[in-house]
Amino acid sequence: MAPVEAPCLASRWKLPTRWLRVCTMPLIWFLLVAAMLAAYVVLDGFDLGVGVLHLFVARTKEERRVLVRTIGPVWDGNEVWLLAGGGTLYFAFPLLYASGFSGFYLPLMIVLWLLILRGLGIELAGHVDSPVWRGICNGCFGIGSTLLAVFYGAALGNVIRGVPLQPDRYFFLPLWTDFNVGPAPGILDWYTVISGIVALVALTLHGANYAALKTEGDLNVRVRRAASTLWLALVALTVISLAATLLIRPDMLDNYKQLPALFVIPAIVAAALIGTRLMSRKGDERGAFICSCAYLAFMLVGAAAALYPNLLTSTTDQALNITVNNARSGDYALTVGLAWWTIGVALATGYFVFVYKMFRGKMSATTEEHEGY
Amino acid sequence: MDDALLMHRIHFGFTVTFHYLFPQLTMGLSLLIVILKTLYLRTDNPVYNRAARFWAKMFGINFAMGVVTGIPMEFQFGTNWSRFSQATGGVIGQPLAMEGVFSFFLESAFLGLFLHGERRLGRVGHWWAAFAVFAGSWLSGFFVVVTDAWMQHPIAFERTAEGLFQITSFWGLLTNPWALIQYSHTMCGAVITGSFVMTAIGAYYLLEDKFLEDGRAFLRTGVVVGVIACIVQILPTGDLHGRYMAFHQPAATAAMEGLFRTEYGAPMVLLGQPDPETQRIDNPVVANKVLSFLIYGVPTAQVKGLNEFPKSDWPTSIPLLFFSYHIMAGLGTLFIAVMGLAAFLLWRGVLYRTRWMLWILMLCLPLPYIANTAGWLTAETGRQPWLVYGLMRVQDGYSKYVHAGNSLFTLLGFMGLYSVLAVLFLFLAHRLITHGPGGGALPGVTLETPNAVA
Repeated sequence: MAPVEAPCLASRWKLPTRWLRVCTMPLIWFLLVAAMLAAYVVLDGFDLGVGVLHLFVARTKEERRVLVRTIGPVWDGNEVWLLAGGGTLYFAFPLLYASGFSGFYLPLMIVLWLLILRGLGIELAGHVDSPVWRGICNGCFGIGSTLLAVFYGAALGNVIRGVPLQPDRYFFLPLWTDFNVGPAPGILDWYTVISGIVALVALTLHGANYAALKTEGDLNVRVRRAASTLWLALVALTVISLAATLLIRPDMLDNYKQLPALFVIPAIVAAALIGTRLMSRKGDERGAFICSCAYLAFMLVGAAAALYPNLLTSTTDQALNITVNNARSGDYALTVGLAWWTIGVALATGYFVFVYKMFRGKMSATTEEHEGY
Repeated sequence: MDDALLMHRIHFGFTVTFHYLFPQLTMGLSLLIVILKTLYLRTDNPVYNRAARFWAKMFGINFAMGVVTGIPMEFQFGTNWSRFSQATGGVIGQPLAMEGVFSFFLESAFLGLFLHGERRLGRVGHWWAAFAVFAGSWLSGFFVVVTDAWMQHPIAFERTAEGLFQITSFWGLLTNPWALIQYSHTMCGAVITGSFVMTAIGAYYLLEDKFLEDGRAFLRTGVVVGVIACIVQILPTGDLHGRYMAFHQPAATAAMEGLFRTEYGAPMVLLGQPDPETQRIDNPVVANKVLSFLIYGVPTAQVKGLNEFPKSDWPTSIPLLFFSYHIMAGLGTLFIAVMGLAAFLLWRGVLYRTRWMLWILMLCLPLPYIANTAGWLTAETGRQPWLVYGLMRVQDGYSKYVHAGNSLFTLLGFMGLYSVLAVLFLFLAHRLITHGPGGGALPGVTLETPNAVA
C-alpha cells in the first residue's frame, strides 16, 4: 500500500510520527527562517540606523568617522544574515521565494543597488583623503541606509497587507498605483508608507542606542538627545501602525484570539519600548540597546505569529494564500536540512565567539587602532 | 524566443559573468596565500610574508567586489527565474542555503582576522586564519558548482505530481560525479588565474626595475604553482570533463566541436566558423580522427553529430558555444606552453633575466580571465535549451510576470552600477600595485573597517 500522505516522498526516512513530519517540520522551518531574518533586522538594523544618524548628528568629519567606525568591524558580518536567511528561505519554502522575489521584483532590485552603494560608501570613505570623495561616500552610506530602512519596513507592510496572488500563486506589484489599500495595490500605499516610516524611525533609534553605547563626549550627548526625540516619534508611530494594521487586516488578531498566550508578544514589545526610554534616562546604554533589540525582534515575532501558517496572503482570494504547507520543500529535504543547519549555525556561533574574544575590548572609536572587533 | 526570455537570459548572463571576474582570482589567490604563508613558516624568509600581505590586500579588494556582485546572484534565482526556483528549490535550495550557512559565516568571521589580525594571532595563528579564508572561499565555490552540476546532470531527485523536483539523496547530490569533475576543473582554473596574475605583477616589477626581491618571489611561486595547475587543468580534469560531457550531453559536445553529422573517425576542428544554416564549418582547419580518439581512445570510433538530435534540442547559440569552447581550449593549451617555458627558465636559473619571457608573462594577465569566462560560457550555453538538462526548458523557467521592460530596466541599472564598480576596482588595484609590497598602509588610506565587505 502506498502511504496516504502525498508530501512524504522519501519514505525510507522514518520519523517518529506522522504528526512530527507533516505538522512540525514546516513550523520548525518557519521559526528558523523567521529567526534568521529577525537576527538580520536586529543586527544590520543598527548599522542602518547609524547610517541615517550620521547624516544629521555628526557635525565634523571626525565625528562622522567615529560613527562609521562603530559599525566598521561588524556591519558586513551582520549582512551575512540576510544572505544566509534568504538562502534558507529558498531552501525551506521555494514557492514563497519564487513568488515573493519575482512579485517584489522592482523593490528588491532597488534594495540590491542600495546594499551595494551602502557597502561601497562604508568601505571606501577612508581610501582617499578628499572632501569630495568623502562626501560621495558618506552620501551613499547615509542615503543608502535611509532608503533601505524605509524599503524593509514597506516590505513587511506588504507582507501583512497581502498581495494580489493570481491562481498560479504568482503576482507582480508596481512600485505604486493610487496609494490606496485595495485589491490591486502598489508596493507603496498609505499603509506600507507608514510601515516604512515606522521602520526608519525604529532603526534610527536602534542605531542611536548602539552609537550611544560606542561613543563618548559631545557626540554621545547629541546621539542621546536624538534618541529621546526618536523615541517619542516611535511611540506615536507604533500606535498608529498597529491601529492601521487592525483597520486593514482585522484577521491579524485571529491567531491571538485562538491562543491568548500570544498576547505576551505585544506586551514584550510595549515593555521593551518603555524600557528603552527608562534605561537611557538612567544612563544604562547597554540596557537601552538591549531593549531596542527586543523591540525590533518581538515586533517581527508578533507579525510572524499573526501570519502563521500564511507566508503571503492574497488580497483577492484567501484560498490562494501561500502557506507553510503549500510552499514547503519535501520531508526528506527539510529533515536532512535540519541536521546540517544545526551544525552550520553552531559552527558559525563558534567562529564569532572566537573572533569577538580575540578582539574583545580593543575596539575603541577614538583610538587610531587599525585592528578591530 | 520572446523578448522577456531574452532579457532575463542577458540579465543573468551579464551579472554572473561580471561577478565571476572576482571570485576566480580570490579563490586562486586564497590558495596561493596559504602557500606563501607556509613558505614563510618553513623558510623564515620575510619576503614570503611580505608577499602574503601584499596579496592579502589584493584579495581584500577583489573579495569586496565579489561579494557586492554576488549578492544579486542569490536574489536573481527568485526575481528573474521564479518558476525554475519553485520547481527546483527542493533540490538546489539545499546547496545554496548551505553556502550561506557554511561558507559565508566562515569567510566573514575570519577575513577581518586574517587581514588585520596578524600581530594578535602570531605566525601560526595567522596561517590558520589564512587557511580558514581559503576553506571558506573554496567551500563557497563547491556549493555553487554542485548547484550548476545538478542543472547540467540532474541526479538524486524525484518529481512530485505537480512536476516539482525533490531531493532523495543528500550525499548523492553532493557527490554528483559531474560536480566533482566540474569542481576540480573550475578550481584549477581559478588557481591558473591566481598564478598568472601573480607572475604578471612580478614580471611587471622586474621590468620596471622596482620591488625586485618581491617580484622574484611572486614569479617563482606563481610559476611553480601555475605550471602544475595548467597541466592538471587539461589532464586529468579537462579531459575527464570533456568525455563525461560527450557521454551525457552529446548534443552539446557535437555543437562545441562543430560536428553537424555523425562520423566515424571524427576530426577535431581547430579553427573555423560554424554556420548553423548550411550546417558546415567555413575555413576549417581540422585534425583528422582526433575527436574520436579524445572521446573514446579509438581513432575510428563513432561520434554523434547534431543530425542525431531534433533541432529543438540543439543548443540555442551554436556559434557562441563553438567559439567559447575553442577559446577556452586554445588558451588552456597556450597556458601550458607559457608556464612550461617559464618553469624551464626558472629551473635553469635565468627566468629573472630573460626579459622577453617577463614581457610575455606580464602581457598574459588578461588571458586566464578570458579562458575562465569562456569555460563557463561553454558549460552554460552547452546546457541550452535546458535549465535542468533534458527535463526543464529555459522558456519554462523565467518569471512570467516580470515583463521585458522591467527586466531591461534593472539590467541597465546593473550595467551602470557595475561600470562604476569596474572603474573603482581598477583605481584601487592600480594604487595597490603602484604602491607595491612592503611598507604600511597606502598613503592617505585610513582603514575605516578592518575587514572588507564580507
